[in-house]
Amino acid sequence: MLVEMQNLTIAFPTPQGMSQAVRGVSMTLGQEKLGIVGESGSGKSISARAILRLLPPQAVVTADVLRFDGIDIKTASERQMRAIRGRRAGLILQDPKYSLNPIMTAGSQIAEAWRNQKKGSRREAAEAALDLLSQVQIRDVRRVAAAYPHELSGGMGQRVMIAMMLAPDPELLIADEPTSALDATVQAEILRLMEDLVSRRGMGLMLISHDLPLVSHFCDRVAVMYAGRVVEELGAGELLHAKHPYTRGLLECLPTLSHPKLRLPVMARDPAWLA
Amino acid sequence: MLVTFLIGRVMPIDPVIAIIGDHAPEDVVQRVRVELGLDRPLYVQFGIYVWQLLHGDLGRSVMTSNTVVEDIQRYFPATIELATVAIIVATLVGVPLGVLAAVRAGSKTDVGIRILCLAGHSIPIFLLALISLLVFYANLGWAPGPGRADVAFEGLVPVVTGFLTIDSLIAWDWDSFYDALAHLAQPAGVLAYFSMAYIARMTRAFMLDALAGEYVITARAKGLSQLRVIWRHAFGNIAVRLVTVLALTYAGLLEGAVVTETVFSWPGLGQYLTVSLLNADMNAVLGATLVVGLIYMALNLLADAAYKLLDPRVS
Repeated sequence: MLVEMQNLTIAFPTPQGMSQAVRGVSMTLGQEKLGIVGESGSGKSISARAILRLLPPQAVVTADVLRFDGIDIKTASERQMRAIRGRRAGLILQDPKYSLNPIMTAGSQIAEAWRNQKKGSRREAAEAALDLLSQVQIRDVRRVAAAYPHELSGGMGQRVMIAMMLAPDPELLIADEPTSALDATVQAEILRLMEDLVSRRGMGLMLISHDLPLVSHFCDRVAVMYAGRVVEELGAGELLHAKHPYTRGLLECLPTLSHPKLRLPVMARDPAWLA
Repeated sequence: MLVTFLIGRVMPIDPVIAIIGDHAPEDVVQRVRVELGLDRPLYVQFGIYVWQLLHGDLGRSVMTSNTVVEDIQRYFPATIELATVAIIVATLVGVPLGVLAAVRAGSKTDVGIRILCLAGHSIPIFLLALISLLVFYANLGWAPGPGRADVAFEGLVPVVTGFLTIDSLIAWDWDSFYDALAHLAQPAGVLAYFSMAYIARMTRAFMLDALAGEYVITARAKGLSQLRVIWRHAFGNIAVRLVTVLALTYAGLLEGAVVTETVFSWPGLGQYLTVSLLNADMNAVLGATLVVGLIYMALNLLADAAYKLLDPRVS
């Protein structure tokens, strides 16, 4: 198993006391594509970031089990964590406008990631960056490598981000809403690219999204999160057989062209879901 | 410039009396007034002033009876020397302290640094200067007293650059060098502490902002070392704003730390400006103010040029 997580809780101190953001999440991930769906604040992003221990320092994390490929993340040293981050697991963030360093060229950011793990010369790193850029299907690699993030479109930026995280050949890729900031047509391209790379390299993928149908098309399994818990876990094909009223409610609210509804229903939230 | 000029001319002090004293006979007063051109209308006076200025003539100081240009050449190096040493020390100490405080935000280290900065910022500088003199000069005797050099060394070193430390090095006069350095230490230290407090505070605020950026998470997710994340990624992004802060702080020091120069009897531009002002020596005040304004402009220009080097988004 790449990731084992049992009873993960994450809390943040607030002036009103501890605020429980994640309340007992358990999941496992092997060499497969796991989708995590949920609304804003459901705890999906921070659950995933806890695997790489990339939460803000004030976050209080507890878990019965939290392991990456057998390594206990709760007790791992910072040195061990750095060996996991980048080298064995990559993280793709939502908006390349903010997640790429604005004062470094795309090429040098990719080269930096490559060099950090592979310890080659500067020239080798620059060459590797160009090669990685072509792997994410960028045609004009030299121009893109020399460009600063503000000179790239959103789709280009996200390709650069993917290339950067693939540089050290990781076993796990965590993609935190990788397409939310992109146009619909570009979204499909980026997803197809990720799918291609993940299956070709035999990596595990954790895809975090708030787009339930998209994730279920794309992933082998889908975990639905609500208010800090996983309320339902489904195989990709079983979406229509979802049992939890929250999942059902989400699906009901989707407009479709094949069965148009005059008015979309509004989800009635049951306080019992929070329990 | 016009404003400074007008303020100087409408001040209720008669410059003629300031020169020849208030017991001079009436006809002497009239003669001097005509000699100085003060009988003509204001706009003519201003025109003459600008004309002379364009020829590099700032007029003559009535106090020192040298030309103002000569005076500034004599006093300004002392200020440059003091301000440069102060800003270098302040930057070398303040920037790392600010970064450290931001990285350890909320810890005891952070609180300590913030108290240190608060003190540097809120204690009036004349008090700081006096306490420094009292402790290091009067009580401990570690530092020499006020002034730029001991009487024994005064005028020993030929003037080349006007910076006493550099001039003594050029002359291979180690005793003079140590003496100049020792005299420099206290006023520069007080100014450095004061500037350091401001620089560290600004650095801390900028860094907190940068460390919260998404690209910092990206950099950490790449498995980079903490040092590289902090200095290459976060600090690299605040360098632009920091340069502006440093340039303006330096400009503030160059325009003459009037109070500090007075307490330490440092013969710099600040002191020249103060004494000239108190003696109604308007040519000197105007000239010194002009130089200060020019420096502000030059440093601002330099900071803008640095923007282009440090931030690719500025084209």
